[in-house]
Amino acid sequence: MKGIDRREFLKIGGMAAIAGLGGKAAFEILAPGKLEAAQQIPLTKGKHWAMVVDTTKMDDALMDVCIEACHKEHNVPNLGNPKEEIKWIWKETYEHAFPGQEHEYIGERFHGMNFLLMCNHCTNPPCVRVCPTQSTWKREDGVVMMDMHRCIGCRFCMAACPYGARSFNWGDPQRVRTDEKLMPMNPGFPRNKDYPTRSKGVVEKCNFCAERLAKGDQPACVEAAAKVRKGALVFGDLADPHSEVRKVLKENYTIRRKPELGTGPNLFFIV
Amino acid sequence: MLDTALKGTQRYWGWLIFLLVLMGIGLGCYLYQFQEGLRVTGMSRDVSWGFYIAQFTYLVGVAAGGVMVVLPYYLHDYKAFGRITILGEFLAIAAVVMCLLFIFVDLGNPVRIMNVIMYPTPNSILFWDMIVLNGYLLLNVLIGWNVLSAERKGIHYPGWVKTLIYISIPWAFSIHTVTAFLYAGLPGRHFWLTAIMAARFLASAFAAGPALLLLLCLIVRRVSRFDPGEKAVRTLGGIVTYAFILNIFFLLLEVFTAFYSQIPGHMHSFVYLFAGYEGFGKLVPWMWTSVGFAILALILLIVPGTRRKDDTLAVGCAAVIISSWIDKGMGLVIGGFVPNTFDRVFEYWPTTPEILITIGVWATGFFVLTVLYKIAVSVKEEVGA
Repeated sequence: MKGIDRREFLKIGGMAAIAGLGGKAAFEILAPGKLEAAQQIPLTKGKHWAMVVDTTKMDDALMDVCIEACHKEHNVPNLGNPKEEIKWIWKETYEHAFPGQEHEYIGERFHGMNFLLMCNHCTNPPCVRVCPTQSTWKREDGVVMMDMHRCIGCRFCMAACPYGARSFNWGDPQRVRTDEKLMPMNPGFPRNKDYPTRSKGVVEKCNFCAERLAKGDQPACVEAAAKVRKGALVFGDLADPHSEVRKVLKENYTIRRKPELGTGPNLFFIV
Repeated sequence: MLDTALKGTQRYWGWLIFLLVLMGIGLGCYLYQFQEGLRVTGMSRDVSWGFYIAQFTYLVGVAAGGVMVVLPYYLHDYKAFGRITILGEFLAIAAVVMCLLFIFVDLGNPVRIMNVIMYPTPNSILFWDMIVLNGYLLLNVLIGWNVLSAERKGIHYPGWVKTLIYISIPWAFSIHTVTAFLYAGLPGRHFWLTAIMAARFLASAFAAGPALLLLLCLIVRRVSRFDPGEKAVRTLGGIVTYAFILNIFFLLLEVFTAFYSQIPGHMHSFVYLFAGYEGFGKLVPWMWTSVGFAILALILLIVPGTRRKDDTLAVGCAAVIISSWIDKGMGLVIGGFVPNTFDRVFEYWPTTPEILITIGVWATGFFVLTVLYKIAVSVKEEVGA
């Protein structure tokens, strides 16, 4: 090399790399997430999205409709194995959905009653706090997002989530298209060609249908539930005093999962 | 100095080849895991960290334990440790290498590992764990290498190394404190949500690290002409004893808090680990094995007669290592996940590929350790220390 010898070249290159990383780190500390918030999905005009589940209008069949709609929308595979299960929205009995709040004299209808659970899109989400790559972050409209194309699969967010709302792709989800045993359980997979596919080794979870919200639609589960029974699921903007969610929250007693942890769940249950 | 690692007895080469075989088997299994995904492990959406992260947690302690010889020597001028500080530093290097490998094999998407550096995230404890672990590795490589090569040349090591040595002392505490924070700050995981976690981690580290170092000293004395010194071995034995007593004491504090408060979430993990919960108790025999070895260790280490005899001291140290390995590794990590956040039990047990990969990583660590110790011991023999 002319003008610059190898030693010099390495020195300059090394310094540039350190300066680059250091500069980037400084930027992240001063303005976190501003540099590269990989948001392919545009923000909505909402300020604080929340969901209310009216358990008096819910039943198991309706919950199945909601689950089906969601898992279809987001190409959630059925892997036929609880160890590898991926679920964005699911059913859980009262005593396990609200451990510590059950007791033997509780209202009869709660015995073994199923609740519809999903990511709580917490106001103060621990999963976001622990993620080392900002693969999961909270948007200004209150949706806790997950970038499945940046996730390194450390699963720290799964340890941090007190609600078991996060799933991991222990294997390749695409194998349901070729695996003879899994094919019958996943007809036509992937069923929504518009939703991005993912690989093995990444975490995923409910995103409040951010891709639908961007178009002004309601989440898939809410839309599906409304076709069966009005008001079983209510979705809307808590920041808007005239919204439907604010109205039902004002008129009903609601509970949230593990409120004492300070995560601020935005999934409410009318009981 | 690397040349000294290339001249060795048949036994030395045989040991290295044995380790290489284990590394090869581990690598083969890792390639299988890389292809199939982490589904080849026993982990699940309920127990999302398992054997790998347990080994990592344990080995951070071993790495931090090295400071128990560095600190007395450099801060208190405790001369007896002068002969073995290099062994402590080299053990730390091997342990940190294993830590980093265990994190790597645990990643679902290892090819994206640079995302941690490309998207630096100061609010994530894992980000800081990466900083402190790599920093500690670098510190020990620089310090160990420079001090040893100065010793070989018969000169004093350069002044800047002294600065690094002083930095390395609080740094050793930081690696285990930060690792404890990976667990201690999570809501809804009662078993880990305890302010004493970092203290517990350090206590077990200062028992397990020096216990392993002590065993290695005894081995070095047997296979080479270098003698780490009687006084150093005796003092290490004392450190292991006090640290292990403290470790057990801290564990009992946790048990008291859980069971006197009677808060279900705080009791359930202990019940699961030591008695079984709702009919599940895969780890119960393991945890009682840990208790058994802890009692054996306490007896052998506290009774002066057995602590001062090399054979019984070695058995005591081995018991410390086994007991803390079970408790800190499997017990701590799995106990945090079982019962899960729904108060349901989904058990975990490592699979064969998982165990073989783990053995492969340990073999890699011992390979690094053997080569480094060979270099250190050769230099010591050369200068007639």
